[in-house]
Amino acid sequence: MIERSKILLLSALLVCAGLSHVAGGISPYYFDILIGIGINIILAVSLNLVNGYTGQFSLGHAGFMAVGAYASSWLTLKYGSSIGSGTLSTTTVFVLALLGGGLGAALSGLLVGVPSLRLKGDYLAIVTLGFNEIIKGVIQNAEPLGAQRGLGGMELHTNFFWTFAFAAITIYVVLNLVGSTYGRGFLAVRDDEIAAEAMGINTTKYKVLAFVLAAFFAGIAGGLYAHFKQFIHPEGFNFLRSVDIVVMVILGGMGNTAGVVVAATLLTILPELLRKVAHYEWLPDWLQQVAENRMILYSLLLIILMLTRPQGLFGNFTGKRNQRLQ
Amino acid sequence: MKRPLIFSLALTLLASAVLAQDEIKIGEFASLTGGSASFGQSSHKGTQLAFDEINAAGGVLGKKLKLITEDDQSQAGQPATIVRKLIAQDKVVAVLGEVASSRSLEAAPICQQSKIPMISPASTNQKVTEIGDYIFRVCFIDPFQGSVMAKFAQSKGWKKVAVLTDVKSDYSIGLAQAFKEALLKGGGTVVKESSYSTGDKDFKAQLTSIKAAKPEAIFLPGYYGEVSLIGKQARLLGIKVPLLGGDGWVGDSLLKVAGNSLDGSFFSCHFSADDKSEAVQGFVKKYKAKYNNETPDDMAALGYDSVMILAAAIKKAGTTESEKLRDAIAATKAHAGITGSITLDEKRNATKPAVILGIGGGGFQFVQTVAP
Repeated sequence: MIERSKILLLSALLVCAGLSHVAGGISPYYFDILIGIGINIILAVSLNLVNGYTGQFSLGHAGFMAVGAYASSWLTLKYGSSIGSGTLSTTTVFVLALLGGGLGAALSGLLVGVPSLRLKGDYLAIVTLGFNEIIKGVIQNAEPLGAQRGLGGMELHTNFFWTFAFAAITIYVVLNLVGSTYGRGFLAVRDDEIAAEAMGINTTKYKVLAFVLAAFFAGIAGGLYAHFKQFIHPEGFNFLRSVDIVVMVILGGMGNTAGVVVAATLLTILPELLRKVAHYEWLPDWLQQVAENRMILYSLLLIILMLTRPQGLFGNFTGKRNQRLQ
Repeated sequence: MKRPLIFSLALTLLASAVLAQDEIKIGEFASLTGGSASFGQSSHKGTQLAFDEINAAGGVLGKKLKLITEDDQSQAGQPATIVRKLIAQDKVVAVLGEVASSRSLEAAPICQQSKIPMISPASTNQKVTEIGDYIFRVCFIDPFQGSVMAKFAQSKGWKKVAVLTDVKSDYSIGLAQAFKEALLKGGGTVVKESSYSTGDKDFKAQLTSIKAAKPEAIFLPGYYGEVSLIGKQARLLGIKVPLLGGDGWVGDSLLKVAGNSLDGSFFSCHFSADDKSEAVQGFVKKYKAKYNNETPDDMAALGYDSVMILAAAIKKAGTTESEKLRDAIAATKAHAGITGSITLDEKRNATKPAVILGIGGGGFQFVQTVAP
């Protein structure tokens, strides 16, 4: 089983490398959306480890993303030029900076996780929400990080290969972890925390581990984002961004990685698709006006989806639980 | 029934494809929804008005101008995507936007890399045009307002001035610095410097110490939210001297919160609908006719000016080729805009007059225009 997944990961990486050569040729706009999809997949799949598989409710994923984005940008801005200008060395600096950003985010995940993961449900949601705001507040006051102005000047390093390679690695790690004997602990914590504890599972340890891992990948996603947009601003990592990611997880189905990947893809494409519809001149005026308020349409679609598929697009978590209860 | 529908669809598609060649496409990204929607809506309305006017007069270079507007929801991360779309998909020849400096800063590198000229109507932060030689603006930059208000204080004979700065805002710090420099140069003195942070509600401590220094005026370069509270509390403490500020004072809630406590105060601004000059009154009339009798604000006027400067540059360049268009925009001199005579300097910033407004009788009154 594990062997097969390793082969899958390797072939996915190879496909990424192959596609990367083709991806440079497409329109910059589609490329922007494509990279957005990759980054959102990393964010949603990693958050799914906390919200879906471990059953905790974190609302601060954008905060970890911010830590990764700022840490990696700071690293490339500071050391980017000092090492050399060859492609190999800039790529090395970039990947190291990404990992540095990820580690920074993981560390902050640990700092937040240890004291706050004793809390449950709504309380944990509030703490993580607070953390998100604190990170934003710190950056807004940190002069070396551009404070309220935002930070710019990063070079364009993020490409198709790195984005989707990290997306593949995220999926691989999360799937394998949850599928392993050790990883069953996450599901046990989700299904019944008291029972899990009675069975001798260190629930706090599992929760912190899920939290730290998710934060690490969010940090990587932040670094990719920063080196793609080449300008980051504290407002880009606000509470609403966190909610966006949570929506992807819920829509995909809590604890269903395939569903979350599809949801992240759909929710990245959908707003841009609606943007396109608003410009179709052969549409009647009133329809164009409806499409112009695309975010209302977008929300409406979300509501309809949630009403018709409360378990998420692919999710069967609640379904399974109901079956078990019966 | 079905076939004619498909047929007519195909026809309209064909027609639009043919028509497209007689159009010059210009992109706009604006915050039509979200946190700063009121700014984005205003500038978009001014922009649209300018397009209608130009097209009614026959367009530019014999072609109609086509405005393609995208909403960035006031969200960081959106402008980059949108500008990529405008440039790559819609193939616009120039980009207009944004009001907020942080969002202009995100879009500017992409315009610069694609060599598409970008004109920001109202981003006042200095860094925006420093991104590169394809980035322009039609508004003045932060420090200018500070020096304008210092000159105004001098002309009123106020020599001893206190300064109260919002330390959390680049805008406020920039204005305060320029004000102090210009004031000292003109022989005035800063008798007291105090600070607060965005979101503060109680300013009595700072105001008490300012009162003790006995200033003849107080320079208060903040945003309307705090300014209205400071004005109220200053009067409660018996401070009767005038307060001076910048365009951050403009906001619906300024007078609603402050009541009449800001009467006798002055601030600098881009534009006043009360200005009796012919250009301004003509613009106000057209704007009111198009938008349900709404009075245009400074964002609308700046949006309008940005289009007019672009159109004039296209006309002068005789082409929409990016390099020639850039040079034509950069050569803009003494363009008679709604917000005054605009000249772009070598740093691609607008040199232009500011308008000073006074507060009294529950509204803003036009006082004077200060040349740069």
